Amino acid sequence: MSGIIKSSLARKYAMAISGLFLVVFLMQHFIINLTSVFSKDVFNEISHFMGNNPLVQFVLQPVLIFGVIFHFIMGIVLDLKNRSARDQNYAQNNGSANSSWMSRNMIWSGITILSFLVLHFIDFWFPEMNYKYIESLPVDPDRYFDEMVHKFEDIIRVGAYVVSFFFLMLHLLHGFSSSFQSVGLNNKYTKSFKTFTFAFSIVIPIGFIFIALFHHLTA
Amino acid sequence: MMNLTLKIWRQANATTKGKMVTYPIENVSPDMSFLEMMDVLNEQLINKGIDPVAFDHDCREGICGMCSMYINGEAHGPDRFVTTCQLHMRKFKDGETITIEPFRANAFPVVKDLAVDRSAFDRIQHAGGFVSVNTSGNTQDANNIPIDKHDADKAFDAATCIGCGACVASCKNASAMLFVSAKVSQYALLPQGKVEATDRVLNMVKQMDDEGFGNCTNTGACEVECPKGISLENIARMNREYLFATVKG
Amino acid sequence: MASLDSKIPKGPLSNKWTNHKSHINLVSPANKRLIDIIVVGTGLAGASASATLAELGYNVKSFCFQDSPRRAHSIAAQGGINAAKNYQGDGDSTYRLFYDTIKGGDYRSREANVHRLAEVSTNIIDQCVAQGVPFARDYGGLLDNRSFGGVLVSRTFYAKGQTGQQLLLGAYSAMNRQIGRGKIKMYNRHEMMDLVLVDGKARGIIARNLVTGKVERHGAHAVVVASGGYGNVFFLSTNAMGSNVSAGWKIHQKGAHFANPCFTQIHPTCIPVSGDHQSKLTLMSESLRNDGRIWVPKNIDDVKAIRDGKLSPTQLKEEDRDYYLERRYPAFGNLVPRDVASRAAKERCDAGYGVNATGEAVYLDFAAAIIRYGKEQAHVKGLDENDAVLVKKLGQDVVRSKYGNLFQMYEKIVDQNPYETPMMIYPAVHYTMGGVWVDYNLMTSIPGCYAIGEANFSDHGANRLGASALMQGLADGYFVLPYTIGDYLADDIRTGSIATNTPEFDAAEKAVVDKINLFLNSKGEHSVDYYHKKLGKIMWDKCGMSRNAEGLKEAMVDIKALREDFYKNVNVPGTDSEFNEQLAKAGRVADFLELGELFAKDALNRTESCGGHFREESQTPEGEAMRDDENFTFVSAWEYKGEPADAILCKEELKYEEIEVKTRSYK
Repeated sequence: MSGIIKSSLARKYAMAISGLFLVVFLMQHFIINLTSVFSKDVFNEISHFMGNNPLVQFVLQPVLIFGVIFHFIMGIVLDLKNRSARDQNYAQNNGSANSSWMSRNMIWSGITILSFLVLHFIDFWFPEMNYKYIESLPVDPDRYFDEMVHKFEDIIRVGAYVVSFFFLMLHLLHGFSSSFQSVGLNNKYTKSFKTFTFAFSIVIPIGFIFIALFHHLTA
Repeated sequence: MMNLTLKIWRQANATTKGKMVTYPIENVSPDMSFLEMMDVLNEQLINKGIDPVAFDHDCREGICGMCSMYINGEAHGPDRFVTTCQLHMRKFKDGETITIEPFRANAFPVVKDLAVDRSAFDRIQHAGGFVSVNTSGNTQDANNIPIDKHDADKAFDAATCIGCGACVASCKNASAMLFVSAKVSQYALLPQGKVEATDRVLNMVKQMDDEGFGNCTNTGACEVECPKGISLENIARMNREYLFATVKG
Repeated sequence: MASLDSKIPKGPLSNKWTNHKSHINLVSPANKRLIDIIVVGTGLAGASASATLAELGYNVKSFCFQDSPRRAHSIAAQGGINAAKNYQGDGDSTYRLFYDTIKGGDYRSREANVHRLAEVSTNIIDQCVAQGVPFARDYGGLLDNRSFGGVLVSRTFYAKGQTGQQLLLGAYSAMNRQIGRGKIKMYNRHEMMDLVLVDGKARGIIARNLVTGKVERHGAHAVVVASGGYGNVFFLSTNAMGSNVSAGWKIHQKGAHFANPCFTQIHPTCIPVSGDHQSKLTLMSESLRNDGRIWVPKNIDDVKAIRDGKLSPTQLKEEDRDYYLERRYPAFGNLVPRDVASRAAKERCDAGYGVNATGEAVYLDFAAAIIRYGKEQAHVKGLDENDAVLVKKLGQDVVRSKYGNLFQMYEKIVDQNPYETPMMIYPAVHYTMGGVWVDYNLMTSIPGCYAIGEANFSDHGANRLGASALMQGLADGYFVLPYTIGDYLADDIRTGSIATNTPEFDAAEKAVVDKINLFLNSKGEHSVDYYHKKLGKIMWDKCGMSRNAEGLKEAMVDIKALREDFYKNVNVPGTDSEFNEQLAKAGRVADFLELGELFAKDALNRTESCGGHFREESQTPEGEAMRDDENFTFVSAWEYKGEPADAILCKEELKYEEIEVKTRSYK
């Protein structure tokens, strides 16, 4: 059983499974955000639920944070390890002839997403924690929408948001389908499944970008 | 006839530092194979009193897996489904500069110039790339176990791997997953190999890791550069086999 | 003239091997651990022998000059492996395989050996399937067969066009298992430089590490040479660049007889030479003749138009084509044996009908097979059999599934699409039936020194049938040598390990080092390849597909002169303490320069035509080969006496008890 912890394949599974978990979270996050476009009240209601439900707050949230940190650390560890498998690099390497830019640069798209997450935490999560648990301000189920719209007034923030989601798109374009290959799913359905992951990887980030621009422009 | 400029990696042995050296070459026929062009270069170098370029090669018909050059940034050069010996000069243009390097990976140390040591592949096979059956001849009749043609064909496709190492050379992580998975798949697909499939995949992967190959990140470069077109499906199959084996073992 | 003892067991032919196995000496499992065996070469014969000997319990040291045992040139064998399984129910039997092989070899092989080969052939298939060799199968999951030249049954097992690869990887996997267990010690990138004799017995070798240049001593109780054939004496052949005669030649120099060196197989279906830069020739499997039809244009005007590029072969009407094999040999047609097909191609090209720029190529055409298969498929699938486009596509798919890798290889080399236009082929040197003389136990004339696979001479006579080489290599390695070697080693159980600090090893090592220094200090003006190419040209022109006394005498003189010039004028760059391919090659070419002369001498001596050896002086009025059974039903085994010209002929008379010696006819 020690193989499952130490082997190269175990790390591959870990990356794939944590990645898939984050994709599910992303989907969930997207759906909630999308409601803000249609209905301020629905958005507030769901946000309030997510922010105050003990199950979400004290079980799912730590799992998510663990998943995010795990995926990042593992990704960086793996990248360093992989780089050390070839000390002498090629004088000329034509990577684009045999693989996509996305697949070769997961570490860079990943680091971009990581920097965005730092911004995102500063913007939303830290104030939120501060509001609820440090300053223990009064419960206000209607504050979420306005707080969000307020954030999107800043053009620079929206710009950073757009760039980050573009990198998320690149990251997903390789990562989503790749995670299935990693856990051993590659068969006659793979081709059609790849079409799905391709569409997902484009639609979801563009959706996030749309929401940001929507609020920036309508605010 | 073409005139070319060759930029070739020269390195005396595993412990010395290497560098790129430029050689011009003239009157290259488009019908020459890449290695025949190298023969001509070496003949010229010998006649000039310069040490010829060392490179591995043997069958020159694309099956032994010995030739191993990284040409213009790709394993076995720009053509598809060929080894270096089957790459022909008609794929290049007159006046072109061609960069030639050895297959690079820490697990493939340079022997000299363009020749590398791929014995890591052998050691992975020692760890489990076989069916444990004695060669007594007293086995059961070959037709006793019918094998689904689709499985037999897939096993054959995996078994066509020539062990050249282009997958490792092309992989940005110098991963050997395509090579190892081809062997694992061949046996996993056949009833004769299934018996010891669990130990095989665990042992071969462990040896692969010990040899210092990188990790697979599914870029797919190996499949594209593989002269035999070994499919990524094999890697998925190995991932699956390993997962089950770990749970079971 | 000395005679040789072939040690053929007494008794009826079909019981010889069984009886022999039951009566020879064995070594107990405990004593096998005390015995070391060296195996040189890791092709089908060497790898299978190493694996089996190690399984039995001997300590095996295996040597190959390549970077891995898996690279040995058996890997390039394409078509298949024969076995008398009779799975097709078409009347095959051990006897028929035996008979076909003797007849195919033009009655110049040893009956007892060939019968044994046919007997164990079925075990090989069982064994290979058990070790996971993915042979071609039909939809019922059972093994598929194809037919090959020179026989009337389908007994050839295959794995697409890569049968040799799959069989070798099978043997390599068996070796890997033993390497993992520590029973085989593998020496990659090592070349055998000489055999060491102690008290007249083979007791070890001098080997050279090709990476560091270090000369090493290895002692053993027996030495097995499985180093393959010597087709590269022609420079251009289908052999690998590194294939060489050196191991066989070294043991010849130490006392092993070299048998039938002139029996060389010129394979009819190879890709023609494209220019002076050519470094090797590529085979297109004989299995292609199952489906391809061989032809040249009937009219010389069409030949000229095709050569000038004014006419495409597909435009030529059926009645303007000369399907010369079908015309001359109606019974076997395109499936005549290799020697017959090769000579017929040469005859047409010599008459001026060659279809490429050099005039040395004939067509191998798949158009008819594509249509035949396409109609069959259309019928099976219930589609329109008269839809030409559909039929062609379906037919091409069938051909692709059978020969895809060969067609792809052809396209890469020639830059023409063989699905659309006929392939061009021409004969090329492929296999050497001759080799080190061995007795029934596969022991050479040196006690304790064995030769197996293509390196020995025993089973193919004057011409090898398709798909028989793989069979012989594996038979020798898996099922014959491991038994027979015990008979000799049973006397060695008290010998103890072989010391290498003895005067015999000192002397052998010194000779090797002196030779290396000779090459490095020569500092002449020509590269090793310069001499190799010159030798190849002499061999091809004068000892090639057809030979005559005058040419052979010239060849002997020319080769001797070339050899003398080589030692004076060769230029070997670099040092002896690095990876130096030129130095390794120099040693190999030096041996080819001796073998070549013996080859010509042997061919000169054999004034009959037989199999791969066609003497112009000995032919029928229709130009077919004419054997001289009265005077030449023997194996020419040559004893080394320094200069090849001085070699002494020893004859092993061939006696046929079960088979009536007949004129070979494929008409």
